[in-house]
Amino acid sequence: MHRIKTLEMRGISKSFHGFYANKNINLKIKSGEVLGLLGENGAGKTTLMNILYGLYKPDDGEILINDKSVRIKSPKDSMGSGIGMIHQHFMLVQNHSVAENIALGFQDVPFFFPKKYIREKILRISRQYGMEVDPDKKIWQLSAGEQQKVEILKALFLEADLLIMDEPTSVLTPQESDDLFEIIRRMTEEGHSIILISHKLDEIMSICNRVTVLRKGETVGEALVSDIDKKELARMMVGRDVFLTFDKKPMPQGDKVLEVNNLVVLGDRGNKAVNNLNFSVYRNEVFGIAGVSGNGQRELVEAITGLRKSHSGSIMLEDDTITNESARVVNTRGITHVPEERIKFGIVPNLFIYENAILKKHHSSPFSRLLFLDYDLIKEHTTNIVEKFNIAAPSINVPVKSLSGGNIQKLIIGREIESKPALLVASHPTYGLDIGATEYIRKQILNRREEGGGVLLVSEDLEELFEICDRIAVIFKGEFMGVLSAGDSSIKDIGLMMTGSLRLDSENNCRTDNKDNGADK
Amino acid sequence: MKGITGSLLNYKIDVAPREEIKGWVSSLIALISLLAGLSVIGLIFLLKGINPFYAIFRIFSGSFGSMYGFKETITKAIPLILIAGGLTVVYRGKFWNIGAESQLLAGAAAATWIALRWGPFLPGGAAVPLMFAGGFVGGALWGIIPALLRVRFGINEVISTLMLNYVAAEFIKMLVIGPWKGKTQFGYPYTDDFPESAMLSILPGSRIHIITLVIAVAAVVFLFFLLFRTRFGYEVRVIGENQEAARYAGIDFFRTTVLMMVISGGLAGVAGVGEVAGIHHHLTYPESISSGYGFTAIIVAWLARLNPVLVIISGLFFAGILVGGDAIQISLNLPAATVNVFNGIILVFLIMGEYFQRNRISFIRIGKKWNR
Repeated sequence: MHRIKTLEMRGISKSFHGFYANKNINLKIKSGEVLGLLGENGAGKTTLMNILYGLYKPDDGEILINDKSVRIKSPKDSMGSGIGMIHQHFMLVQNHSVAENIALGFQDVPFFFPKKYIREKILRISRQYGMEVDPDKKIWQLSAGEQQKVEILKALFLEADLLIMDEPTSVLTPQESDDLFEIIRRMTEEGHSIILISHKLDEIMSICNRVTVLRKGETVGEALVSDIDKKELARMMVGRDVFLTFDKKPMPQGDKVLEVNNLVVLGDRGNKAVNNLNFSVYRNEVFGIAGVSGNGQRELVEAITGLRKSHSGSIMLEDDTITNESARVVNTRGITHVPEERIKFGIVPNLFIYENAILKKHHSSPFSRLLFLDYDLIKEHTTNIVEKFNIAAPSINVPVKSLSGGNIQKLIIGREIESKPALLVASHPTYGLDIGATEYIRKQILNRREEGGGVLLVSEDLEELFEICDRIAVIFKGEFMGVLSAGDSSIKDIGLMMTGSLRLDSENNCRTDNKDNGADK
Repeated sequence: MKGITGSLLNYKIDVAPREEIKGWVSSLIALISLLAGLSVIGLIFLLKGINPFYAIFRIFSGSFGSMYGFKETITKAIPLILIAGGLTVVYRGKFWNIGAESQLLAGAAAATWIALRWGPFLPGGAAVPLMFAGGFVGGALWGIIPALLRVRFGINEVISTLMLNYVAAEFIKMLVIGPWKGKTQFGYPYTDDFPESAMLSILPGSRIHIITLVIAVAAVVFLFFLLFRTRFGYEVRVIGENQEAARYAGIDFFRTTVLMMVISGGLAGVAGVGEVAGIHHHLTYPESISSGYGFTAIIVAWLARLNPVLVIISGLFFAGILVGGDAIQISLNLPAATVNVFNGIILVFLIMGEYFQRNRISFIRIGKKWNR
């Protein structure tokens, strides 16, 4: 019944611009197995899977299915041999129904009553694996988890025996992740095999049978999950011991850098996304904003950085009012910004690394003299950032899109920190990054704090907030539910506050005095 | 991201996206597309009972083979280079100006007004610069309209620039049969001829108006530096590649977009000045003034891969086709539309060549493989 009993990738190598993304990689998976593919961003996981899926052609090496060498030159070939891929970003037509999306690309439909056939098959397969989806709903009506189920159904329709899942839980809620793991279990019982790309250790430990660890494009380890622990895996992945707890030096609160008074910002639909906020950020401080995304964080950040007009209230940087100033003015006055969707906002993918390294600073001296750009100086500046922030790049003369996500973020952080801003605004700076890059970026943020800058950190990652923030405000529907100091807050309280079930002090909860920012004030 | 497989006898044709392309492969593909286009054109000649090799030989000998033809080619390359140069800037900023034809007319009208109103009172040394300045301003002002509509009201510039072509053309017609109709032109729809001081000097024995040629070459070199060495060029490229990042970087869309169109429209306007002051010496029906330079320049800009300096070469090539087409119309007794057919077929083949620029094609036989 199953076409793939074993699949092996042997000696796979692939280089881009003379830079090895994969170097002599070996990987093996049997039917009924879940193989974890673990590695930092830029370790070569996605490249390897794109080779298996036929999107890239390897420079060297071969792929064997059931011990026979196969040639996979396009996704069509790989689907033909029973390989399916669930991409991190779903490939679905938003305005079409579930059934229509699944029928796309599916060819063996009977001539008569094709709809009925598709519907019945959807219901049968979805029941078999415990993923109920209504075939008549439109994609845009579905949650991320349901959309993922549609993607899985699509692959199963094409009789995929081996499913590649690229960081499948990154878009899911914890409950949805549990559902996904249940589906994966059922599929493996049926004899399917799964390759799970991830850099979340917990996931690998709970769902995988075996794990292959990649680092810098090479296989550094392979083990049965039962034989290994998290610490060992983390060490293999990063190549040394990781300390995810920092020695955060206690710092006395410095002068006030940012003061926000009665700020109201409207969202895209004209709603009050930020509703009457008051808070201040001081030098030598990381001020965190916790909350489930979509509660006004984006609007708040955009208002502070000059990308969105405020409705009322004021924003002060030190002694200047910067309410409703343009992004360029705000930047010149000393607020830099690490944006949330780094590829969409933070870089220009087709321009060279050195051209990206001066984005936002390109208009002022020393990079711009009269109307001309000083490219010698720009390249020198870029080389400095690349060296100082450990950015792995073949050269600064390549388009920035050829860097991995982690390195792109390091470039952005480097660019935004190099000018020693009074206030650094960072939105989800480590979202989707691996442990190594995450640790590095958090360290850079703390460095900025020690150098005397203020930092406003927006994050959904509680661990991150607890680790590096001095104070944490919890935002819910555009209002602060309370401001906690990192030391004495517990996860349980913050969880209640994030969901709006608990509110500490409703009035002026952020205008706390310099020393005591406690939750119970 | 997608691949196609098909079989041809016992070969398998396989298509896969290219990751990078070497310079010589890219040029080779362009050359092959060109040759393929020429062979289809050859077929058309064959159907007409004309020896295709002879016809194609006549086209290129007509434009590049004789001194007379070559001079004509340069004459027609002047407006193409000017307009296509400006288009490289706006296209890099992803502003799809397809209204260069009307910006040319606006420049021509402005120059005509200056020549007829002020020309008789001024020496050539003053009238000529004044005309060029006026033509630039005229083209720029006409070009600013769609830029404003886009940044202020979000109106798609493809539609507005295209439609403004008709507005300008009808307006010029109205001028030359109405208020601007010349008293000395025996009822023809011409304005009066320009005074001596407002005629551009010509390379003896040709129609090449040297000053416009010099301006065109200087302009594309200047544009090259503008695009790749200045703050403005950087901002244009950032806007073109990633609008969100441009917003994040605090780049002023309004100013940059308007400036882009000032350059593109202005240079088209300068091309218009060259045509009226260098060749016709009066304003007349739009189709006589421009013969579609504003549209041909779009192909010229793309063939140059939006590199302003390469526009000189692709401009000469398309000017050659225009001239050679005229030559065979007369010598082989072909209809006037021949040149359009010729241009159209070449463009189609160049676009098809793009597919091979992006994808790698290989033929596979059992265990054997060779790439193209």
